[in-house]
Amino acid sequence: MSEDFNDNKTIQAQSSEAISGGGSGIGADADYVRPAEVADQDLYHGHSFITKWIFCQDAKVIGVQYFLLATFTGIIGLILSWLMRLQLGFPGLAPFMTAEHYYQFVTMHGMIMVVYFLTALFLGGFGNYLIPLMVGARDMVFPYLNMVSFWSFFVAVAVLLASFFVPGGPTGSGWTLYPPQAILEGTPGSGWGIMLMCISLILFVAGFTMGGLNYLITVLQARTRGMTLMRMPLTVWGIFTATVLAMLAFPALLVGALMMSLDNVLGTSFFMPTILKAGEVLEYGGGSPILFQHLFWFFGHPEVYIVALPAFGIISDLISVHARKNIFGYRMMVWAIVGIGALSFFVWAHHMYVSGMNPWFGFFFATTTLIIAVPTAMKVYNWILTLWRGNIRLNTVMLWCLGFIVTFVNGGITGIFLGNVSVDVPLSDTYFVIAHFHMVMGIAPLMVIMGAVYHWFPLVAGRFLDEKLGKWHFWLTFLGAYSIYFPMHYLGFIGVPRRYFEMYDSPYVTSAVGMNEFISLAAFIVGAAQFILIYNIIKTLKTGKPAGHNPWQACSLEWLTPTVPPEHGNWGDRLPTVHRWAYDYSVPGAKEDFITQTTPPSEVANTEVEKT
Amino acid sequence: MSDIKIEGYEFKPGFKGMAKDTGSDQTMFKGVHWGKAMMWIFLLSDTFIFSCFLISYMKGRGSTIIDWPNPSEVFGLHVFGVDVPLLLIAIMTFVLITSSGTMALAVKYGYEKNKKMCGWLILATAIGGLTFVGMQAFEWGKLIHEGVRPWENPFGAPQFGSFFFMITGFHGTHVSIGVIFLFIYAYKTFAGHYDQGKRGWFTTMKGDYVEIEILGLYWHFVDLVWVFIFAFFYLW
Repeated sequence: MSEDFNDNKTIQAQSSEAISGGGSGIGADADYVRPAEVADQDLYHGHSFITKWIFCQDAKVIGVQYFLLATFTGIIGLILSWLMRLQLGFPGLAPFMTAEHYYQFVTMHGMIMVVYFLTALFLGGFGNYLIPLMVGARDMVFPYLNMVSFWSFFVAVAVLLASFFVPGGPTGSGWTLYPPQAILEGTPGSGWGIMLMCISLILFVAGFTMGGLNYLITVLQARTRGMTLMRMPLTVWGIFTATVLAMLAFPALLVGALMMSLDNVLGTSFFMPTILKAGEVLEYGGGSPILFQHLFWFFGHPEVYIVALPAFGIISDLISVHARKNIFGYRMMVWAIVGIGALSFFVWAHHMYVSGMNPWFGFFFATTTLIIAVPTAMKVYNWILTLWRGNIRLNTVMLWCLGFIVTFVNGGITGIFLGNVSVDVPLSDTYFVIAHFHMVMGIAPLMVIMGAVYHWFPLVAGRFLDEKLGKWHFWLTFLGAYSIYFPMHYLGFIGVPRRYFEMYDSPYVTSAVGMNEFISLAAFIVGAAQFILIYNIIKTLKTGKPAGHNPWQACSLEWLTPTVPPEHGNWGDRLPTVHRWAYDYSVPGAKEDFITQTTPPSEVANTEVEKT
Repeated sequence: MSDIKIEGYEFKPGFKGMAKDTGSDQTMFKGVHWGKAMMWIFLLSDTFIFSCFLISYMKGRGSTIIDWPNPSEVFGLHVFGVDVPLLLIAIMTFVLITSSGTMALAVKYGYEKNKKMCGWLILATAIGGLTFVGMQAFEWGKLIHEGVRPWENPFGAPQFGSFFFMITGFHGTHVSIGVIFLFIYAYKTFAGHYDQGKRGWFTTMKGDYVEIEILGLYWHFVDLVWVFIFAFFYLW
């Protein structure tokens, strides 16, 4: 079989054995890379301030736009979480915190953080900035569509935030928006709030589809010469697979949001059963609330991996660069990403164990859920094995990476608890669940985002972020986040329910009250610590240490642009030619401890370089 | 297509060829235009949307307590003193499928750079689509006149009205968007934008006859979805 592939010298990704380049056979001939299949991309260069910075078609600018807007919404989500913790830790201290407001803040915090912050930031922000640079393209393949994608996101955020100012305020039905209560009178925001939420989600999905098509086609059809799929950095693999998930999962959310809007506005009964309210039968009847739960979680569970997979990819690259070692088991990592992505479509009903569905369903979904632990554990082992005997630089980036591994393992293990029906039923709707998913898809991806910001800021801005401030930021966030979420496991075990505005005189109060105060104080500190990063960015943007070319001695393409920061079009006159994967660190026999992806084989003939 | 030639690259047949293309550099789908690949992936995503709609419909229809109305009565027409079941739908389906045929011919003439034929065929497709939307509006009007609403239905389960108006409405929106683009593309064909490779507004993308094929993919997809909606609503 392997002879069939010999006619093409670029197809060498099949084997990962090391070849010892003993002179013979390695010459200029080995440097040959097939000519370009597609003509060089023609780009629309902006001429005015508006076309250069606002309605801009440069993926890098769009990436930064996504990043800034997502961060802005994220800060609103952070402030909402402060207000929630204020109420939970010190009930009655803030007189404006009524039960209605509490539920509204819970809902908006959840939806903002999951969709408008993490998803937009990983895929819109990092995806736009890094995919064209890492695969060696001039830009995304459809720059105009990419611009429209960002502005749809902008409108989606505007509609979402507008719901704070409409009669009744934003919806307070919990981020899962379960009907029937989401649209029944008595739930805060049951009229305008839920309607604006649905519209905003539909806009987000539409905008994301435009962006997602760009990411997929750029990866599939616009790689540079020599860049095979198995030479791509894992960051690209993570974002790519997450985008595939998003393209297939968001439709369910779109349909659910549309049907809910019709129930709300037109009075249809897709999700609304016959309801008795104060002795009177409502107009609704005959619908199925469980149907919404299925639609929502068919989106909702892949959504977890839409956030997690880019984080997995990015962390792999950061660890490899800062441990000066190739990523352990690259191809295993790729298949694990793809496998997790595929499995994530078969586990959604593990969010619905207490919905009253058929118990055999629970059995099936518990099994598939636990199977996901296998590729996930493989990834964790590979990260640790990459660190093992590495030449570790213990800088801020590496600290965030280590923080990620710890929080992710912690959150992953509690996931195994909750994946089992018999354990999940008593723990359902307690703080254990809150602790689990904040650890695994709140804090862990946030650690990756922070690590990525410290890692790629020198590329985006041309200057390093301040290390000392960075370390303060890390330790406050890491220890603080543990102080918040670790005690919550205990709160869950003693049965403190989630989404309760206040405990009043329930027996929980005695043992949980002090812990709730402690958690709230930690939350205030962690939230405030995030502003260190903003201060750090503003400060170093002008006065930071200049980074220059390839400051981390990395192999991947994004650091090899002719100008730093890269200009529109990325590569100057000539596109780069790729000869190897992105992980040739500390190769025995090489002059330096890294060999860039563009280094031709003839220059490293006497090294034990991986054959990729 | 087998007539694609790529310098320095030898195609292999069958599964081995697919594996080789996947493992190669630059592109996964050799010689496939970016826009065409994009449309295929978009349609995959859109398939999931319509699947969610139809599965929800099956669930809703399966779990109502009140009986579902008989489609051959509800959708029947009273013509010349005779009740003909599904008459309008048969005509609508025929028109839409025919428009798929004219679309396919337009793509063929486009690649042959036959501007005139291509333009007229796109126009014919657009008119077919417009006729379909018009007949759908007539059917909606008829049902509304008989008292069917999204929230109620004199013939049986109220979910019938909800699902019918939502799903045919969503499909009709797809057709309408397609019709708008067909008119734009017909104009662009007649104006010679594809012959000259004229650049679009605020973009550097050059006009090319492949755009007609991309729109054709969308149009055929909308047709295919109609076949499913037809089967689920009118034959079940």
